[in-house]
Amino acid sequence: MIQAAPLASTAAIAESASEKSLLRFITCGSVDDGKSTLIGRLLYDTKLIFDDQLAALEKDSKKYGTTGPAIDLALLVDGLEAEREQGITIDVAYRYFATAKRTFIVADTPGHEQFTRNMATGASTAGLAILLVDARKGVLTQTKRHSFICSLLGIKNIVVAVNKIDLVDYSHVVFAEIEQAYREFAAPLGFEHITSIPMSALNGDNVSTLSERMPWYNGPTLIEHLEEVDVDSDLTAGPFRFPVQWVNRPDLNFRGFSGSIASGRVRPGDDIVVASSGKTSKVTRIVTYDGDLPVAEAGDSVTITLADEVDISRGDVLAPVADRPEVANQFSAKLIWMEEERLFPGRSYLLKLATRTVPATVTALKHKIDVNTLDELAAKTLGLNEIAEVNIETGTAIAFDPYSENRDTGAFILIDRETNATAGAGMIMHGLRRATNIHRHHLSVDKEARARLKRQKPAVLWFTGLSGSGKSTIADIVEKKLSVRGQHTMLLDGDNIRHGLSKDLGFTDADRVENIRRVGEVAKLFVEAGTLVICCFISPFEAERSLVRGLVEDGEFIEVFVDTPVELCIERDPKGLYKRAIAGEIPNFTGVSSPYERPENAELTLPTEEDTAEALADRVIALLIERGILDAE
Amino acid sequence: MSSGLSTHLKRLEAESIHIIREVAAEFRNPVMLYSIGKDSSVMLHLAMKAFYPSKPPFPLLHVDTTWKFRDMITFRDETAKQLGIDLIVHINEDGVKRGISPIASGSNVHTQVMKTESLRQALDKYGFDAAFGGARRDEEKSRAKERVFSFRTANHAWDPRNQRPELWRLYNTRVKQGESIRVFPISNWTELDVWQYVQAENIPVVPLYFAAMRPVVKRDGTLIMRDDERLPLLPGETPEMRLVRFRTLGCYPLTGAIESDATSLDDIIAEMLASTTSERQGRLIDSDEAGSMEKKKREGYF
Repeated sequence: MIQAAPLASTAAIAESASEKSLLRFITCGSVDDGKSTLIGRLLYDTKLIFDDQLAALEKDSKKYGTTGPAIDLALLVDGLEAEREQGITIDVAYRYFATAKRTFIVADTPGHEQFTRNMATGASTAGLAILLVDARKGVLTQTKRHSFICSLLGIKNIVVAVNKIDLVDYSHVVFAEIEQAYREFAAPLGFEHITSIPMSALNGDNVSTLSERMPWYNGPTLIEHLEEVDVDSDLTAGPFRFPVQWVNRPDLNFRGFSGSIASGRVRPGDDIVVASSGKTSKVTRIVTYDGDLPVAEAGDSVTITLADEVDISRGDVLAPVADRPEVANQFSAKLIWMEEERLFPGRSYLLKLATRTVPATVTALKHKIDVNTLDELAAKTLGLNEIAEVNIETGTAIAFDPYSENRDTGAFILIDRETNATAGAGMIMHGLRRATNIHRHHLSVDKEARARLKRQKPAVLWFTGLSGSGKSTIADIVEKKLSVRGQHTMLLDGDNIRHGLSKDLGFTDADRVENIRRVGEVAKLFVEAGTLVICCFISPFEAERSLVRGLVEDGEFIEVFVDTPVELCIERDPKGLYKRAIAGEIPNFTGVSSPYERPENAELTLPTEEDTAEALADRVIALLIERGILDAE
Repeated sequence: MSSGLSTHLKRLEAESIHIIREVAAEFRNPVMLYSIGKDSSVMLHLAMKAFYPSKPPFPLLHVDTTWKFRDMITFRDETAKQLGIDLIVHINEDGVKRGISPIASGSNVHTQVMKTESLRQALDKYGFDAAFGGARRDEEKSRAKERVFSFRTANHAWDPRNQRPELWRLYNTRVKQGESIRVFPISNWTELDVWQYVQAENIPVVPLYFAAMRPVVKRDGTLIMRDDERLPLLPGETPEMRLVRFRTLGCYPLTGAIESDATSLDDIIAEMLASTTSERQGRLIDSDEAGSMEKKKREGYF
């Protein structure tokens, strides 16, 4: 029977409204654990059940109820006719209630095995999970299954609601045993807080009022805990991430980028980079209907304008220059399959991540995970409600963060291209780097022929120097000057090589060697194409620079040493890399934890402290004229 | 965002704006269903915010049953004009010719023909592939399980057992020719949220929400306002002037008034907090039979 008095006074709800925060949580448990009854109890105790709904409930209780003459609170939340008749909840339902301190959105999710996808759905937006455990039965397989899915979806706060405690005579021993068993089981799942509360949802014990029948319990009631628990995932403290939703162009004078801030903060004046293209600019305004903002943060929906005409469209991600998301077309992920139609590796799906949609395939199904035992099992395909660890390849590179760092930029769905069904939900673990096959083609038009057509002499302009020494800046000016002179050029740098050709490589000495070898081979191909190829690489080792020199003909390799003292590079730190390297976050960082060998026989040395980038670029042009690569004007 | 909003209203506002923009960005031909009520007013206000300084890149559609309160129609036309947004008004002319009305045909047939079928006509006529609605999950049981992006077949039917899972804020917007999606940007708002937002943002609403002396008759315990001469009086019945207001707005013969002296937003919010009946209690069409909302929704009702 309904007993407890309504908890929240309506005046209190209204008064404190301006301070109120929002908590989203899910409830997990099986049909018999009393989950719907608990939600009905929360709604009733917070005065969210109205007279007309109560009247309908009384009518329904007689027809469908399972509580005899008492009102069946569970019927209040079991929505659809079909499931009412079956006496089970078949889908995710959302409920709303408020107390003086907080407003709550509850995702009511089903407990049956075949409905894993619904639980994952509810958990995806939740900051806390209530796991219902029947005091008579203790921690069951399904409790473990639900815990695993909560952990998978990144929930850090768990409430173990030990329900039906009245049926075990309010036994402290039973409660303590269940609490202990759960903590042991959950230890590897990475939850930050586990709170166990003994309760009777049916009678209201310890839901909103502390039960007199359990004097041994001195923890909070469920409501008290939900009001107080801190679930701020600290997204605001993370790096700025802004997936562009919509390009806002009311007229020719305004071009803004509308979207929701996924993490971090942004202010006018901030330097930003478009993650996928590497183009940079500066934030000029944060525009809203209510006026421009001095700062906006995670969760805000705003429109940003930039200082430069940068090519940006829906799906691009804006980020700080010094703290960018990963950009790759291959990554590993955990995947939950949600469709009857099985997943087959190699089949093409559409992948939607934040505001970007691209074609994608699962390239490897590494193993599936048994949700009951957490065992890893070999699998060729994946069926409904199965979970696996997979590798995914997208048609074009996309910007992302690991799911553990950011739900918005680390989560994706897979859409069946034939039926448009939402077939899978994934959580990115990390990017992948893999080698590609190289095919050698026989060529019948030679280097001289190609160069003649371009009316120029090919060469490699090799810029070496520390990170932040000014290589790219000078090289960029040199390329512009060459372009003005009608020269066909190509620029190779860490950005376009590391994200593509060498994406499988790290920064160990061995990988650096291999990286430069590859760049050398590519530069050679460009020379054979008759092109003036400009290379900007730290290339710290003399041996590799010599190796590249040896790949092309004598006189075709021009080594330009951009000579900037490491102290000055640290001071400039344009990408924030030194700061991180010094903090120990980036291992093997040249100049900090890895050596740089000064060139012994560079064709040209540019001391950046002596002159401007423009003047230094002129020195390069002068050298090219002197060497007969360019004609004097 | 507006400084006067509480944290949770700011979150709800930002979430709704995100949803509205997703639709504009991904659909070919969206439309916003505008029912003139408080929820529609909030939704329209959110759309104005979502695209600022641009105007919302879609028109409004009002499915007019010809039995709306006169105040609603006046408010509708003024709002569209003031905001400079295209307004499409659709009336099921076939239904009008057949003489369908809530009085002659009963609430069920009237709603089916003049609302549900009329809406389907309008969506087909203009080829809209997405339609915003102002429904909230806290309104009614079957709404609680509705998706934010709710898929409809080419026949506009809703299959509650075959809904697309909806995770994070990743909305699957893919539809084939003829199929469409109903989008509910204020799904997660409660009635109280809506009124507090109306107040904080100073959003205009139809005067019928505020108490005034109005001519009403009492039928089966419900106060019905006689908005025009079309409502026939039963033998011995005389409209009397009472101080009443409406919690929800629909076709006037099907919408019960409540006795109230709430003449301001403060009064309304205070009254609502003290209320012991739910918002849709005044809606005669919901209580026809058990699960009636679910049935209507399966057939294409919003």
